Amino acid sequence: MIVQKVPAASTAAARAHAGSSLLRVEHLTVHMGGGAVVRDVDLEVFSGEVVGLVGPNGAGKSTLMRAVTGMRASAGAVTVLGKPLASYRRNALFRDVAVVQQLPEAPPTLTVGELVLLGRYPHLGLLRREGPRDREIAREAMVRAGCDAFEDRALGSLSGGERRRAFIARALAQEPRLLLLDEPTANLDADAQAHILEVLRTLARSGVGVLVVLHDLTYAAAYCDRLVLMHHGEVIAAGRPDEVVTPAVLERAYGPRVRVLTHPETGVPLVVPAVGGYPAA
Amino acid sequence: MSVTAADTAYLPPRTIARRRVGLVGGLTVLGGIFIALALLGLSRGAADIPVADVARLLLDRLPFVAIDVAAPASWERIVFDIRMPRVLAAGLVGAALAVSGSAYQGVFRNPLADPYLLGVASGAGLGVAIAIVSPLPIDSYGVGWVPLFAFVGALATVSIVYLAARTAAAVDSGSLILAGIALSAVASGITSFIIIRGDDDVTQPILSFLFGGFNTSSWAKVIAAAPYIAVGAAVIAVHARALNVLQLDEEQASQLGIDVTRTKMIVLAAASLVAATAVAVCGIVGFVGLIVPHAIRMTFGGDYRRLLPAAALGGAALMIGVDLVARTLLEPQEIPVGILTSILGGPFFIFLLRNRRSSR
Repeated sequence: MIVQKVPAASTAAARAHAGSSLLRVEHLTVHMGGGAVVRDVDLEVFSGEVVGLVGPNGAGKSTLMRAVTGMRASAGAVTVLGKPLASYRRNALFRDVAVVQQLPEAPPTLTVGELVLLGRYPHLGLLRREGPRDREIAREAMVRAGCDAFEDRALGSLSGGERRRAFIARALAQEPRLLLLDEPTANLDADAQAHILEVLRTLARSGVGVLVVLHDLTYAAAYCDRLVLMHHGEVIAAGRPDEVVTPAVLERAYGPRVRVLTHPETGVPLVVPAVGGYPAA
Repeated sequence: MSVTAADTAYLPPRTIARRRVGLVGGLTVLGGIFIALALLGLSRGAADIPVADVARLLLDRLPFVAIDVAAPASWERIVFDIRMPRVLAAGLVGAALAVSGSAYQGVFRNPLADPYLLGVASGAGLGVAIAIVSPLPIDSYGVGWVPLFAFVGALATVSIVYLAARTAAAVDSGSLILAGIALSAVASGITSFIIIRGDDDVTQPILSFLFGGFNTSSWAKVIAAAPYIAVGAAVIAVHARALNVLQLDEEQASQLGIDVTRTKMIVLAAASLVAATAVAVCGIVGFVGLIVPHAIRMTFGGDYRRLLPAAALGGAALMIGVDLVARTLLEPQEIPVGILTSILGGPFFIFLLRNRRSSR
């Protein structure tokens, strides 16, 4: 069954129709500087779905994202493609899992094509050089991420949205089954945000599982199959967007300054400021 | 693809319009320059020998080639016993400095990293000074222990600089160079102290090291140094693709399957071996490891698989050329090459600093 733009499935139903479990996080706790930044988090991502990880600043989303690839020490169980995270060798893990971190750096003179080809490293290792097949995969990744039109441009010459898509293409060149993205839409205009989220939706349709940290709850609700909302290191709500983006949940996580409306045509929740009207000039 | 004004609004156009030279064509041109300078280096000196005769003498030495060279026997001795080791030493040192500079720049993600500015050269120089004053059985021109002492000095320096500049997240570019300059001052200070306290028989060789020069080159030196440089350069070359990935930040590199710490340690050790051996051969020669990789990046692009061979060839050619100038400019007096590269390199460094700031 094809996942439609408006997600129909509850968590249980998502399990029923979605594919295999790509990532299972159980009782994950991360301690940093004395306190727990992530506390007892459970989370699962199946193939073919986009799961949005949302929550206020400092909720522990980025830390959780780092912990699930072993970039940060944690307690609890992380299972990737049915195998414990600890049993993976580094190269093998990143042949199945690709990460687009929050503000990835690269030399401004590197071209998009060169950047994307670096995504083949986990498949090649230290000694093998990339062949025609690797170039083909990189090319395909650029088409899927929507950056094939500017393959030869230097990263320093790209707009914010183009740059993000280039890094998504680099991740896709790893041929991941699970894609993790930390705020890929931060600081982008409305169109660029929608473009990136559409890329993620299309990927999910092809069977990739996507876990993405997002800040804009309206966009998250519109494009994700499921949402996981973190607050003070804990998951306080998880499920269908209309189950998570509710006045009660948002009041608890974000305080009184936000309101939830329902889109009159699609029924998707919309998050708006609580103030009414324009402030007097 | 046409680039519109809107496309170019984000960065100066020069970062977009990057015409890259093909590797084979570029290496051919560099190789041509290298051979021309080497021939010139073999022909010029106290007794000038025509380049054509030098070429004939060289060709005659090739297997299966026999050319009647109507040249005095003394020419053959001058070319093969005196000038050849000097040209080879200059080529080796130039290649070594350019390759180690490229490697340091990759590991530290800093285009200003260079054996001289990182303090590695001074650390190696201190190692050499200690080797000379030590009771170990080395004559002042011998090699043997000298590269190893230089290596220990270089490795100690780069480790301290690395740790000093390393904050929790990453290595800070500015701190790196400042730490390098500070440590360079310490190493030079100790070296000066050794010179002041030492007898004349140790002072002279140490001083000639400090200025940097190829006037003490010999076949023995070249043969002793070449393996160290070859091994170190080979280790760096094996990591060329890893260095490409390390141009991204450390987190990305490790999420592309690279053991970042281990890779850095290995490449740093190899680069320090290469740079230290260069210091052991000719003393402290600054800025070659900065200028050459920069020029090569501008023409060949930043891919380490292209950068390393091109920088090696370019560094060799440049050093042979500088040495040629050093010994012929004020004939019969020789200018230490280290002085020449500093006069050339200092302004270049300032140019790079300004250029970096304006492109931010």
